[in-house]
Amino acid sequence: MIRAVMVMNTQGKPRLVKFYDFQPPEKQQELIRSVYGVLSERADNVSNFVEADAIFGPGTQLVYKHFATLYFVFVFDSAENELAMLDLIQVFVETLDRCFKNVCELDIVFNFNKMHMLLDEIIFGGQVLETSSEQVLKAVEEISKFEKSSSAISLVPKSVSARFGR
Amino acid sequence: MAGGSSSSTASTPSLVDSLFQRSLDDLIKSLRSQLAGTEPVLLSRALAEIRREIRSSDPDTKAIALQKLTYLSSLYGLDASWAAFHALELLPSSSLLHKRLAYLAASLSFHPSTTDVIPLSTHQLRKDLSPSSPPHFSSLALHLLSLSASPDLARHLAPDLLPLLSPRSSPPSPLRPKAAAVALRALSLCPDVVPLLFKPLVDCLSSPDPRVVSAAVGAFAELASSGDPSPYLHLAPEFYRVLADSRSNWILIKLLKIFARLAPLEPRLAARLVDPLCDLLRRSSAQSLVFECVRTVFSGLPDHDRAVRLAVDKVREFLASADDPNLRYLGLRALSMLGPPHSWAVEESREAVTRSLADPDPNIRREALRLIMGMVFDSNVFEISILLVNYALKSDPIFANDILDAVLTTCGRNVYELIVDFDWYVSLLGEMARNPHCTRGEEIERQLVDIGLRVRDARPELVRVARDLLIDPALLGNPFLCRILSAAAWVSGEYVEFSRKPLELVEALLQPRTSLLPPLVRAVYIQAVFKVIVFCFNTYIDQLEISQLSSLGNSTTGGASSVIESKSAAAASCIADGITGIESNDGIATGDKPASLFSSMENKDPFTYESLTKMLILIETAVDLLAENDEVEVQERARNVLGLIHMLREVPTWKTEEQGFIKDNRIGEIVNLLQSMFSEELGPVSVNAQKRVPVPEGLVLEENLANLAWTLAEDDTAPSMSISFSLRSHQHGETKDDAVSSVQSTSLLAEHRKRHGLYYLPAEKDETESNDYPRANDPLLPASQGDASEDLVRLTDQSMIPRKVKHSKPRPVVIKLDEGDAVLTSPLTAVKESKDDLLSGAIHDVLLGKEGKPSSSQKRYLDKSSQRRVKDVSDNGESISLSKENLDLGDKEHRSSGSRRSKHRSHGKERHRSPQKNEEKEEKNHRNSTRSSHHHERHKHRQRGEALLNVAPQAPVIQDFLL
Repeated sequence: MIRAVMVMNTQGKPRLVKFYDFQPPEKQQELIRSVYGVLSERADNVSNFVEADAIFGPGTQLVYKHFATLYFVFVFDSAENELAMLDLIQVFVETLDRCFKNVCELDIVFNFNKMHMLLDEIIFGGQVLETSSEQVLKAVEEISKFEKSSSAISLVPKSVSARFGR
Repeated sequence: MAGGSSSSTASTPSLVDSLFQRSLDDLIKSLRSQLAGTEPVLLSRALAEIRREIRSSDPDTKAIALQKLTYLSSLYGLDASWAAFHALELLPSSSLLHKRLAYLAASLSFHPSTTDVIPLSTHQLRKDLSPSSPPHFSSLALHLLSLSASPDLARHLAPDLLPLLSPRSSPPSPLRPKAAAVALRALSLCPDVVPLLFKPLVDCLSSPDPRVVSAAVGAFAELASSGDPSPYLHLAPEFYRVLADSRSNWILIKLLKIFARLAPLEPRLAARLVDPLCDLLRRSSAQSLVFECVRTVFSGLPDHDRAVRLAVDKVREFLASADDPNLRYLGLRALSMLGPPHSWAVEESREAVTRSLADPDPNIRREALRLIMGMVFDSNVFEISILLVNYALKSDPIFANDILDAVLTTCGRNVYELIVDFDWYVSLLGEMARNPHCTRGEEIERQLVDIGLRVRDARPELVRVARDLLIDPALLGNPFLCRILSAAAWVSGEYVEFSRKPLELVEALLQPRTSLLPPLVRAVYIQAVFKVIVFCFNTYIDQLEISQLSSLGNSTTGGASSVIESKSAAAASCIADGITGIESNDGIATGDKPASLFSSMENKDPFTYESLTKMLILIETAVDLLAENDEVEVQERARNVLGLIHMLREVPTWKTEEQGFIKDNRIGEIVNLLQSMFSEELGPVSVNAQKRVPVPEGLVLEENLANLAWTLAEDDTAPSMSISFSLRSHQHGETKDDAVSSVQSTSLLAEHRKRHGLYYLPAEKDETESNDYPRANDPLLPASQGDASEDLVRLTDQSMIPRKVKHSKPRPVVIKLDEGDAVLTSPLTAVKESKDDLLSGAIHDVLLGKEGKPSSSQKRYLDKSSQRRVKDVSDNGESISLSKENLDLGDKEHRSSGSRRSKHRSHGKERHRSPQKNEEKEEKNHRNSTRSSHHHERHKHRQRGEALLNVAPQAPVIQDFLL
């Protein structure tokens, strides 16, 4: 399964973090730091795989891609295929690109929820469920539409109006 | 609960908080515009704000507060566990936005075993999962379950997954793939649910929707790769059908993962797989799929030459792809999956592999190194090791050490089974130590001492290598080498009889720069000096006696043999050697040490009265300084040496001329006494030796010493663990413990310094700073990498081919001890196994149609859980107690008799294969029967359980379709 997905910038600041086996927040930060420590030392023209046994336990690997100011990192174990994971990063980034129209780091910074929404459509509980960015976008749009319709009823929060009524 | 206790200062949220609440965007902006260093302040302010807002009764305010908290927790590592209840409060909201925020917060912060409010969510989850609620709601609930389900939650909600999973609900739920992923989670968490969820999951395999198939195949791949794959053999026909039908690379990859696990279990399946695999290998353009095929062939069907041949060709294509380091890396990885019978494959790609040693990518280099080391045989270990060690000189520090590591482990494997010529290997160790990047001192130290103990024939060369290391003043300043020097000092002290010039050795051991060494290594140095003195005097006296005897012209040869040990002959020849050695080596020896005060001495017979006196003076002046040393080990050794010197001085007659000597033999007695102290040879110690020592009666080893902690805490001076009392253990045991204890003691010291900083002097400056000697050998200027790799390729051309060479020398005896089956299964794996057992047992039952009655394993599980339910009422404590109990169980078994558990497991499985082996094991078990009856009973129980489970594999496993 996929153990974790991380997006961090080239300074090591995390932008999106999702662990599929629970890790407490402090531990997460520590893992992010160690991953960054490994990635920042790697040159540009080298392979995208890193054995991650020392960080995430035996049998784990890490695949990353470097786009502009961001590292996209997937951590996975022996039940996944290395090159397929590399393709999946590509799928994820393409989806982001289509969703935000030329995605940049700022989009990711300010769209915390949307990022999770997109990611959850692709990877679910550590399993890859969807690999077509078109399908992902469709699903996310549907959710947003439904969200608007369900919260349109209470545009003015009830409690606020109630308070004013008092 | 948690929210209330969080901060007493937070008043109830006011209207102002709701109206002027900062949104997540505001928070992000404020964090981004911060000045350097103010982040902690901003974060704590934001947290205080959130704590206030989150208790608002207004769902919007609460939702936004929760969102901010989730953001901070996820990206800034703030603790959010206190807000678990607030997330729960928001779950029932009818607004998807609020619900989504609540579920997101919950899925990121709920821990299956530590969040105690999880059971409270059961009802809401059930409601959201029900077919009547919008699919978006169900999707969120599934998401939470996939990440944070506890075993209990999984058990309770498994029935609610059914409508989502089942194909019979019309129209089939769009959430089926997600439900399949959750079912996987539930199955691995809680084997009880197998009867309920397994069938629907299998049904997913025949769905027309590729997404559903993909999810189901993914789930089975996960199950098969994380546990025992045998139960899934029954599904092989189903998987095979999907393999034939599916065109999706994702599904194919996952199927191959499953088949790679199943093929080794069933030869007929492997045979059937060859064709489709070869087909995929030839046709597919997706590298990921090709790589998966290669892996499946290599790990699953290594006996099918056609497939292996094809896969190896693909790997060669991977290796040849110049522009894609990923493919090169994976190609090397694939090669290393092939076992030794297929070493021809590595042989074929020899050039590419060797070239990879110079690749800019460290991964590729490491992988290539691993492959090359896999190709080492006793016939080529010589060439390859020399090559690599030389190559290490040119490569970057990290890789250089990787190389040294690889060479050390390969050569040291299984008590040096590959090494024939130990003289060569010992000098190679010396070379490795001189690598400027070397940080593997510990292992080199271990091997130097170990070879000294085990291989008698290697000792003369060992002493020579040790001498070369000791006399080089440049090595002393390198903190990574001090361990090696310590081994060298020990070796040259212990086997001083092979030393050509003991006096030179003494000088080396006492040179001024030894002050750079850590105290414990210094102690070894001084102890070595002690041995050298004893040896010199012994030889001197023997020499006198020999000359005396010969001058007496005695014909009775056995006469005075009480004094003349067998060693005297060796010593005599050694002296002769020494003299000739001095004559021939003179230039080199003195050239090494131009500043030597005593170089004049070397021109004479080392064992004259004069030279011995000089040696004593030299030792005395050098060691005298250490008699007041702060480090107890150094001080004690120094005083020993000084004591010996004083004792020797007090006997006036040792310096009399030959004739008078025999009259007062006191000196001889002293020296003989001391010599006998060192003459008994140290041998290697078996790993199991400690176990064989019977525990004395009345000694309780497992007594809890925790209550001693306060006694120690009161004592201000932390006990130094480095003091060893036994001389013998000091010799070689010490050096290892020391590094550990020095680390420990520095941390203790740091602790102490923190507490009593007042009494400490300001930190002294680092001693090693004063190291201004040039390094032994400067790192070579990086020669052009291309050249280096060309060299490598050329050189390895010959050497990688395993061939039989006639060894000019017979292999010396290497002392081995029965280090037999020291492999212990750790309790952790035992626990995992038992869980796997439950799961696979349950799946067997389902597949064989025994849904009605729970299997033995399941019953056991249920019994346990019901008992527990009585014990602790709170639902959530259960999962913790479950894991604890499991651990205990594993632990106890583990303790009671080593690897009995694992033996039995294999025993059960191998029953029909090797009756002979079984008998042996049975015997062993009988021997082990001292365990308590309690264990015995449980053991029997397990056997019964296994017997039950064994029914399955013995029955015809795969339907006729394979035949």
